[in-house]
Amino acid sequence: MAGLEFKDIRKSYGNVEVIKGVDLSIEHGEFVVFVGPSGCGKSTLLRMIAGLEDITDGDLFIGDKRVNTVQPRDRGVAMVFQSYALYPHMTVYDNVGFGLRLNKTPKDERDAKIREAARILQMENLLDRRPAQLSGGQRQRVAIGRAIVRNPDVFLFDEPLSNLDAALRGSMRMEISKLHQQLDATMIYVTHDQVEAMTLADKIVVLNAGVVQQIGSPLELYNYPANLFVAGFIGSPQMNLLPVTVEAVDERTVTVASSDVPSTRIPVASARGIRGGDSITLGLRPHLLAHSEVGGITGKVLLVEHLGNETIANFALNSGEQLVAALPGSAELSNGVTLSLGFDVADARLFGTDGTAIPVADRPFR
Amino acid sequence: MSSPGPQKSLQRHPLAGWLMIAPAVVLIATFLVAPFVLAFGYSFTNQRLISPNPTEFVGMRNFEQLLGIGVLTLSPEVDEAGSPVRDDDGALQYPRVRDYTRNNPDYPHLEGMREWFGWNWGNDRVLVLARDLVFMKALTNTLIFVAVVAPVQSALALLLALMINQKLRGINVFRTIYFMPVVVSIVVVSLLWRFIYDGRNGLLNNLLEFLSFGLFQPIDWLGNPDTALWAIIAMSIWQAVGFHMVIWLSGLQTIPVSLYEAAEIEGANAWQKFRFVTWPGLRNTAVLILVVITMQAFALFAQVDVMTDGGPVDSTQVLVFQAVQRGYEQQNIAGGSAISVILFLIVLAISITQRYLTRERT
Ligand SMILES: Nc1ncnc2c1ncn2[C@@H]1O[C@H](COP(=O)(O)OP(=O)(O)O)[C@@H](O)[C@H]1O
Ligand SMILES: [Mg+2]
Repeated sequence: MAGLEFKDIRKSYGNVEVIKGVDLSIEHGEFVVFVGPSGCGKSTLLRMIAGLEDITDGDLFIGDKRVNTVQPRDRGVAMVFQSYALYPHMTVYDNVGFGLRLNKTPKDERDAKIREAARILQMENLLDRRPAQLSGGQRQRVAIGRAIVRNPDVFLFDEPLSNLDAALRGSMRMEISKLHQQLDATMIYVTHDQVEAMTLADKIVVLNAGVVQQIGSPLELYNYPANLFVAGFIGSPQMNLLPVTVEAVDERTVTVASSDVPSTRIPVASARGIRGGDSITLGLRPHLLAHSEVGGITGKVLLVEHLGNETIANFALNSGEQLVAALPGSAELSNGVTLSLGFDVADARLFGTDGTAIPVADRPFR
Repeated sequence: MSSPGPQKSLQRHPLAGWLMIAPAVVLIATFLVAPFVLAFGYSFTNQRLISPNPTEFVGMRNFEQLLGIGVLTLSPEVDEAGSPVRDDDGALQYPRVRDYTRNNPDYPHLEGMREWFGWNWGNDRVLVLARDLVFMKALTNTLIFVAVVAPVQSALALLLALMINQKLRGINVFRTIYFMPVVVSIVVVSLLWRFIYDGRNGLLNNLLEFLSFGLFQPIDWLGNPDTALWAIIAMSIWQAVGFHMVIWLSGLQTIPVSLYEAAEIEGANAWQKFRFVTWPGLRNTAVLILVVITMQAFALFAQVDVMTDGGPVDSTQVLVFQAVQRGYEQQNIAGGSAISVILFLIVLAISITQRYLTRERT
C-alpha cells in the first residue's frame, strides 16, 4: 500500500538542471504514465524513484516515508528496464527468482512464487531457458515476472515496449493493463509514445525539458490541453495550431480571425489578459473538422490518406499554413480540389500569447 | 549486374587473391612457420651452431638426455654386525651416489646422472637423479614461475580493474600509472629493478630498513638462491599487471550497467553484484587472460637474462633462457631446439586443458 508524493523534486548533472522542480502526488493503485519527447527527463525522474539517481533537491515520499536517502532495495519498488536487464547466464527461473534468492526466501516459497508469476505471464514453458533463447516479447515477460515475484508496492517501467514490434507492443500493452488490475499495485510507466500513455494511464504526466506541462486523465489532456506543447503532443493526428489575431474581446468571448480563418466568436470562461490585436493561436482537432458548404476555413487538398474508416486530408491554406482534417468514412477527395471546412466553436481551443490555454467556457466539472 | 572495368577484371583475376595475401604469407612463413619446423627438425639431430662434422639424425636422444630421470634407493652402510654405521653426530652413513652413476655395470640406466633431490624413507634414502640437472631446474623454476604468476597476476589485475572502473575524478591518472610499466621495454624495466633489488644500496633494502627502523638486515635479493626467483616473480607480476588490467577493464565495460541497477533494486550487496553479475560476465575475458598470462609466463627470458643470467647456482634457470644458452652459448642448436619443442608441448597441453576446463557448458 503506497502512494507517492513528489515535492519540488530537482535533478542536476553538474550545472545542468534536467528536472526543474516536479510536484506530483500519486495515489495507491494508480497507473501513472510519464510521457514526453526523448531527453525530457522521464527516465531520470523514474530512476530517482527507484533510487538509481540521487535526488539533487526536494523530497520524495513513498507511502509515508521520505526516501531520498533510502537504498533502492529498501524502497519497495521493482523496475522493468527497456533493455530487459536479464542476467544472461541464468535461466528464466533463476532470473525471476533472483531477488527472492538474495533476500533468502525459503526454497519452496520461492518456487511457488516463481511458478505463480510464470502462470500469470503464461511463460511456464520458458522457465528452463536462458535469455538468449527468448524472443523480445518473452524477455520482457521475464523482466515483468522478476518484478512481480517481489510483490513490490510500486512497479516502475522504463519504456518497456519500445524494443518490440508494433503488433507485440499492442498485445503487451493490454497485458500490462490487465496485470495492473490483477495486482492492485501502483504502477509508474515511462514512454515517449502518446498512444501508450493514452491507452494505459489513469493519470498522465506530460513532461517537457524537465518541467511538468500538465497532469490529468487521458481525456482531460486530449480535450483540454493546458498549453501548446500538450496540445501538439497528445492526439494523433496532431491538433492544428493556426496563428490568429484577436479582433474583439468581451467577458465571455474572444473573436479571432486571420487570412485563413473567417471572423469567429469563441466562448471562453475568462478572457483575462487578452487584448484586441493580440496574436494568439487557434487549436482545432482534425477529427472535429467537418466539410461545410459555407464559411469555415478554405484550403486546397494536398494529400489524402484513406484509412478505410476515416480519411486524413492535408490542406494548404491561403497563408501557406497547413491544416489536417480527419473526415469520416472514405470521403471522395482528390488532390488540388478546394474545400471548405467548418467546426463547432465549442470545440475550438485558444492559446494566449505565452502559449497557455485560455480557459474553455463550458468545461464539464471533472 | 556486372559492370566490367579495370577494377573488376583485377578482382576477378585468379591470382589476385593470392597476390593480396602474399605479403602476410611470406612473413608468417619466414618468421613463424620456418623457425618452428626447423626447431622441430633440429631437435632430432646433433646439429651444432658451427661444426665441421655433418649433421646426423639421432632420433630421440636429445629428449632422452634432457628428460632422463632415475630413482636410487640407498640403504645405510652397515658394519659386520649388521647394525648401521653412524658418524660422530649420530647421522647415518650412505654409499656415495657417484659409485652408482659412474661406470657401474649394475646400474647402466643411471649412467651419468646427478642427484636432483631426495628424501628419507625409514632408514633408507631415496634419491631422484636427473641426467640434465640444469634442464630440470629450469623446468621446475618455470613451472613455479607460471604457477605463481598466472593466478596472482590475473587476480591482481582484476582487482585493479575493478577499482579503476569506478567513475571518480582523475581515475585516468591511475589507469595511466598502472599501464606505464607495460609500455616501457622489459629490458629497461629489468635494469631498473636491478637497482631496486641491489644488495647494498637497493631501494627495496633501504625502504625495508626505514620501515623497520633499521632492524632489517639488507638482502642481496638477486644474489641469494632463496630469493632470486621470487624477486623475478614479483617484478614480472608488477610489470605486466597493467596490461591484463586493461583487458579485464574492457571485459568489465561490456557488462551493461542496467544489470547492476537491476541487481541493486533487487537487493544485491557489493559482493553479490560481483558474484552474480560481474564474474559471470567476465567468463570469456577470464579464459583469455589465463591463457595469455600462462603463455607469457612460460616465455620468461628477458628478466633472467638481464637480472641474473640464470644464477645464482641455477636458481633462476628457466626453459627459454636455457634454450638460448644452449643453442648459442654452448653452440648446441639441437639441444636448444629440443628444449623449445618440449616447451611448445607443455604450453600446448596446458592451453588445451585450460580451454577444456573453462569451456562453455550448456
Ligand atoms: N548521467 C548523465 N549525465 C549528464 N546528463 C545526463 C545523464 N543522464 C541523463 N542526462 C541528461 O538528462 C536529460 C534527461 O535524460 P533522460 O531522463 O534519460 O531523458 P528521457 O526522457 O529520454 O528518458 C537528457 O538531456 C540527458 O542528456
Ligand atoms: Mg529514457
